[in-house]
Amino acid sequence: MSTPTTALPKLLRDHQPQVLKEWKGHQQQSLATRRDLISDADLARQSERFLQAFTEALESGDSGQGAAWERLHEMLNELAIARAHAGFSPSDTAMFVFSLKQPVFDLIRRSMTKAEDATRESWQATLALDRLGLITTEFHQKGREDIIMRQQQAMMELSTPVVTLWKGILALPLIGTLDSERTQVVMESLLQRIVQSGASIAILDITGVPTVDTLVAQHLLKTVAAARLMGADCIISGIRPQIAQTIVHLGVDLKDVVTKATLADAFAIALTRTGLAVVSTGATPRQGGAKAPAASASSEA
Amino acid sequence: MEKIPILKMRSCLLVSIQVDMHDRLAMQLQDDLTERIAQTGVRGVLIDISALDMVDSFMGRMLGNIAAMSRVLDAETVLVGMQPAVAITLVELGMTLPGVRTALNVEKGMDLLEASIGADESVGG
Repeated sequence: MSTPTTALPKLLRDHQPQVLKEWKGHQQQSLATRRDLISDADLARQSERFLQAFTEALESGDSGQGAAWERLHEMLNELAIARAHAGFSPSDTAMFVFSLKQPVFDLIRRSMTKAEDATRESWQATLALDRLGLITTEFHQKGREDIIMRQQQAMMELSTPVVTLWKGILALPLIGTLDSERTQVVMESLLQRIVQSGASIAILDITGVPTVDTLVAQHLLKTVAAARLMGADCIISGIRPQIAQTIVHLGVDLKDVVTKATLADAFAIALTRTGLAVVSTGATPRQGGAKAPAASASSEA
Repeated sequence: MEKIPILKMRSCLLVSIQVDMHDRLAMQLQDDLTERIAQTGVRGVLIDISALDMVDSFMGRMLGNIAAMSRVLDAETVLVGMQPAVAITLVELGMTLPGVRTALNVEKGMDLLEASIGADESVGG
């Protein structure tokens, strides 16, 4: 696209302060709802830098390529990502560019005497600004995707702790929805810990699992089966009344697995199985219950 | 020809699989083990697979078969030392070895065997 150089860059440079002023007005109007997310000073600085870079880019040619255009894209990238992080919507971000149209058209209409020239200039300006607007939206999208990726990673990392409750007793408090990928991570970390600690009992606590469907139940059963193959027994605890109903309605078979309503019940049975018991010391409890588990004489035959 | 050693320890047989298990070796083990159980009249078999880091469905079935055959010959089988990766593979293959007892290591497996043999004998008089 090698049209003869237009008069627009010169016009913009000559009337920069006035265009800037009008543009700011339009932006503030379109941003009326999100004024809390960005300060006036920041907005003014961004607008000034953008207009300057836009003028320079237009002066270098309207091909959309070259060093000046790349600088402009770079700037839009920064701006879009910053706005994505601040919580602007895609259209709010794109409006930053699109709201420049009206001041530019006004300027062209005022300065051009011939209708034919004005139309041509307007067309050029529309092309350039539309392209920039689309690029801004794309950058904004990318910024949002980065955020989502980081959050997914963070959720993955914090969601699978294996806790040692007592010597030989592990607990796995599951929180959030269980999908195949997470179950895999949970299963691997549990089995790894069983090998490391030599634990013989693992308690899977599903208090924090919002819903149990057939798939989740299947994942749980797989984990239990794998732990059993390694020689550790599993107890599933934290089954809420609604979940018990769902499990039965779905026809999921949990006959081969020991299930308990609370983690405390599961811990009690785990202690019994390892030949331990919780006894009262007779001392008056001062801070919480003074309980001390001690090995009882009888071992589990 | 390589062979998997079967050791007698008190009233149990101890099998430790230390080499890559291929199909013929597994069949050989099945033969030898049933033979030894019948000969010695032991009440427990302990199979250590801690060195096994790969299994297929055939191996899974063999382990299940060996346990079932031992039970017919009145010997309890305990499978010990399964690696996490092996456990996950077997579960994904749908082979949860329902008839086989398991333990984390040889020591715990021995405890388990002795406990169940002891309980049996005290009941039997």
